[in-house]
Amino acid sequence: MLLALLALALIAVALAAPMAAREARRWRKRRSGRRPTADAALDVPMYDPGRERRAEQRARELLRSCVNDEEWGMYRDLGFIRVEGRHVRRAADGRVSRAPYAYLVYPHKPIVAYVPESGQLLSEYCVEFPDLGAGMGGRSRLPASDDVLAKWMALTSDEARVIRRANMHLVGRQLDPARVRRDLWRLAEWERRRSSGAVGRSAQ
Amino acid sequence: MKPGHGEVLLAEGDPRVRQDEERLVREFRRQLDEGMWAAVPTVNAGSGRREAELIREYGEIPPEAERVIFFPRASGG
Repeated sequence: MLLALLALALIAVALAAPMAAREARRWRKRRSGRRPTADAALDVPMYDPGRERRAEQRARELLRSCVNDEEWGMYRDLGFIRVEGRHVRRAADGRVSRAPYAYLVYPHKPIVAYVPESGQLLSEYCVEFPDLGAGMGGRSRLPASDDVLAKWMALTSDEARVIRRANMHLVGRQLDPARVRRDLWRLAEWERRRSSGAVGRSAQ
Repeated sequence: MKPGHGEVLLAEGDPRVRQDEERLVREFRRQLDEGMWAAVPTVNAGSGRREAELIREYGEIPPEAERVIFFPRASGG
């Protein structure tokens, strides 16, 4: 009788062993899922305080390689670039003269349209280049110099398209008109000094 | 141009080499599919002024272009 019970117990243990092993595996898996492994911890992006500075440095080099010397000097010395309008004036005799308007391109600020001859401010165009594929609702920003380059490329290649996409306002909504007028004065001074050779053209 | 990173090299190669060109075309289309704009810095033959040329298809890239720059498309801010 005892021998029969022992045999039955052994058979029961043998039958239950695979189930017990399966349950043990599941339990281990659930446990490891709750506790981050060392590898998973390494996947967490760490804050790199130098990343943005390096990105801006690369962006400045890229901008410099695309625009001309005057525009680069303007950005380096004044912090903005002037882009002439694309719609040129055609005189009665067929001669083409400069466009009657131009833009001031600031990093991460609206583009300002103005009349170079009179200094009259026309409007500000709010435009941005969001990373639509990124998280945070696409609110990740380009480095400052990349933002200027993107505006420069958009304006010089297809002015109508970028202006159509921008939100247009009278100057004063985001930018202080007095500050823009001061920038125009700074630009005029910069050009005067540059034409007289006072601004170092080879300075970096 | 990649927000938060700046310039990132996506692909490079000699477009005269077939395998390279296939790779460049693939990357070009992928960027446009992701909603980027493509432009090539050029010099205006008439005015000598530097400007950019917007590229909508791989075939529009000027043969002498050394690079194509992709940047996020503009939207109202």
